[in-house]
Amino acid sequence: MAYNTDTHAVAVAHGHATFMGVDNRKMAFWAFIGSECLLFGSLIATYLVYKGRSLVGPYPHEILNIPFTSFSTFDLLMSSLAMVLALAAVQRGDMKKGKLWLLVTALLGLVFLGGQFWEFSHFVHEGLGLTTNLFGSTFYVLTGTHGAHVTVGVIWLLTLWIQALRGKLGPQNAVTVEITGLYWHFVDVVWIVIFTVVYLIQ
Amino acid sequence: MSEQAHATTGTYLRIAAILVMITLIEVGIFYVPVFQSVLVPLLLVLSAVKFTLVVMFYMHLKFDNRFFTFLFGGPLLLALVVVVSLLFIFYGAVRLRTGM
Repeated sequence: MAYNTDTHAVAVAHGHATFMGVDNRKMAFWAFIGSECLLFGSLIATYLVYKGRSLVGPYPHEILNIPFTSFSTFDLLMSSLAMVLALAAVQRGDMKKGKLWLLVTALLGLVFLGGQFWEFSHFVHEGLGLTTNLFGSTFYVLTGTHGAHVTVGVIWLLTLWIQALRGKLGPQNAVTVEITGLYWHFVDVVWIVIFTVVYLIQ
Repeated sequence: MSEQAHATTGTYLRIAAILVMITLIEVGIFYVPVFQSVLVPLLLVLSAVKFTLVVMFYMHLKFDNRFFTFLFGGPLLLALVVVVSLLFIFYGAVRLRTGM
């Protein structure tokens, strides 16, 4: 059979161009991101529908910490910047900077997760649990789902970073880094919406 | 199409600076009482600008194949329709029930 393991390895490294001339992995990933829009759209719609309908406290204006969450937003925006710088470095073959920016992105993601853990712990301490009221249920499900996505992103970034340390990541795998970046930036844009809808519009 | 022909490190840094500035404006107007009457539309517009900048420049949709715009924009539009429809249905039902 002509399609041997070497051919397979090349195909995995470079992907297949679709009949439209685009990389099949990027096309699949954009479709996945599209489906994620619907997932988060549903969660945001649920939050908005039940907004202001809690019968008991704590209520959003009593508990949400805007300065702290603004810092988390800044952190995630900077992680997006670090991600594009990582991709640009990998694409031009500068793996030293590529590794550095991948690590910085993952660390900024960890800082965000640490902040979310602190926020959730603080809210529980203040008496807001998942079943306390409608605000608690919709808030934890929405921000928790986003946090789960950040966690997956951090694991993904650290995996790439380890691959880069082992010399298994180079310009030939730039599309892999680009797809990781697409995921990470999507997580960022979802937070941009959550920050406005949940935290600033009370 | 390679996005590197279009976006440089300088562009990424400028976009980051704009994103940070918009975030500062968002938080600033949240605390200023004079903006309370227009707070919601203002925040939604600022948020949409940030969203668009990240998608266009950091996710390279501005420079990439148009088909990706369709793959992302279609579901995004559908999600927006779902959100707005649910809000209309829910608040319409509440108004009917309460007569307000």
